[in-house]
Amino acid sequence: MPGYIIQRLLQAGLVMMAMSALVFVGVHAIGNPIDLLISPDATQDIRAATIAHYGLDQPLWRQYLAFLGRLAAGDLGRSLVFNIPVTQLVFSRLPATLELAVSAVLVGALLGIPLGMWAGYRPESPVSRAIMALSVLGFSVPTFWVGLILILTFAVNLGWLPAGNRGPTVEVFGIGWSFLTLEGLTFLILPALNLSLFKLALMIRLARAGTREVMLGDTVKFARAAGISEFDILRHHVLRLISIPLVTVFGLEFGSTLAFAVVTETIFSWPGVGKLIIDSITSLDRPVMVGYLVLVAFLFVTLNLVVDLSYALLDPRLRRGGGRV
Amino acid sequence: MRQFWAEYAENRVALAALLVVLGVVAAALLAPFIAPQDPYDLAGLDLMDARRPPGTVGSGGITHWLGTDAQGRDLLSAILFGLRISLEMGLAAGVVALTIGVSLGILAAHAGGWVETGVMRIIDLQLSFPPILLALVLVAVLGQGRVPLVVALVTAQYAYFARTAYGAATAERQKDYIEAARATPLSPARVVFGHILPNCLPPLMVVATVQIANAIALEATLSFLGLGLPPTEPSLGMLIANGFPYMMSGRSWISVYPGIALIVLIVAINLVGDQLRDQFNPRLRR
Repeated sequence: MPGYIIQRLLQAGLVMMAMSALVFVGVHAIGNPIDLLISPDATQDIRAATIAHYGLDQPLWRQYLAFLGRLAAGDLGRSLVFNIPVTQLVFSRLPATLELAVSAVLVGALLGIPLGMWAGYRPESPVSRAIMALSVLGFSVPTFWVGLILILTFAVNLGWLPAGNRGPTVEVFGIGWSFLTLEGLTFLILPALNLSLFKLALMIRLARAGTREVMLGDTVKFARAAGISEFDILRHHVLRLISIPLVTVFGLEFGSTLAFAVVTETIFSWPGVGKLIIDSITSLDRPVMVGYLVLVAFLFVTLNLVVDLSYALLDPRLRRGGGRV
Repeated sequence: MRQFWAEYAENRVALAALLVVLGVVAAALLAPFIAPQDPYDLAGLDLMDARRPPGTVGSGGITHWLGTDAQGRDLLSAILFGLRISLEMGLAAGVVALTIGVSLGILAAHAGGWVETGVMRIIDLQLSFPPILLALVLVAVLGQGRVPLVVALVTAQYAYFARTAYGAATAERQKDYIEAARATPLSPARVVFGHILPNCLPPLMVVATVQIANAIALEATLSFLGLGLPPTEPSLGMLIANGFPYMMSGRSWISVYPGIALIVLIVAINLVGDQLRDQFNPRLRR
């Protein structure tokens, strides 16, 4: 077991090194940020001084080593556009994205599991067919298009909900949150719904497949024989049996929700990290791009590591050092 | 083949979807001949015609059935040409990803040993990252244009082909006829191309259909975010993005019609893929 953990940790470290090098070199291949930093009529001396100040006159491998050194100290550099540390910038935007992602995952689970269970419980009914059609649409229609239609319907035509931005937030522990006020919630509904659509479709599919299987099993037969009402069977027995795969996917999907937030945040001008990365790509803000990508890569490597290790804990076959997984 | 087709035609929805896909492909191919206007010919555009609602007769005497966009471009023509670009990108990415992915997957399955472990490790690792993130990074790094876009789409997708090919090939590898073929003095290439590959085709066809739809959706998403093709070659995603600012003022057609074209295409391809999957699935066979 310890051998397996060490192997996995080393692997994760290696992946992180490769990703950071790739991102760093890649991002430095595009554009020249100096043109954005100083006005065209600056003297040659000012230009040279600025280049030297940001270390852009050094060879690339030097810049990368310097970057790694700072990274080890938790310093991702300063944003060229906002002129504040990248870590500070990303962490100031992170709560907005987390709030959005958590709401989306919750909507997906709270709506998707009951709908999917119903579709699995009565697979032939018209309602179930409608639910399945919804899940097919959720899988195939691109997120940005759904976002557009949501804005068109609820903000432009009906005028019920705001079309973008975050609205008022309430400060708790120095961080602004939207979900604490009614008005803040109205700003959260559309983006959360938009982001949740893919999870919703996924949850419906999983819950339906699980329910169909469990309904045919002995548990349900005996529960029925014991005279338990259908609702209680679904709630106590079926839900409990299908929940293990749901929870696994739930955890794995959270990471990809954060990634997909890029699209939703752009459409709804939601001030999170996703919008930050798109803005930094368009304005060639290299430190922010590198910083964001390295943080996201770190997040994913960590998530995968945690999932792998917890599987190893659950599955004794994996415990005996190394081997193929 | 005839039996396969008869079985396919039994599902009315799938048949309709196939017809829609063929119709859209035909319309995109014939765009230069059937479009009322050449949307790339800037001299032919008149700003006086900008943002006309659907059905307006423009200054050139053309009826704009779907309205015009902010530059006075006929939307129907722009959509036809946009479909062309979207299909081109989707197909190009799909074919390249298929070739690379299948080669890697079959190589891993055939070679075994550390090649197998190494290749599949990398592919599993890549599958754990969301494709949109990979594509976003690559487009940001490589810049705009057709080649960077296809590279980004391929990188985001080849791993799915590799996984499928690997799975099918390892299942095939253990069967007796492959053992027998290996025992004969046939070259390894002949075994791979003559025996393993043809038997991996059914699942690969399903994945290819779905992945082409995904490539089109991903390309539209990237273009919508302003990271796809340059504005001189507006794909459907960019047309939708261009109309987005006018949505608030009630001129929704500029975004909505290109969007409908995109959705119809993607959903139709997916429905065809679903039917193929059902037909190739031996467990569902009667």
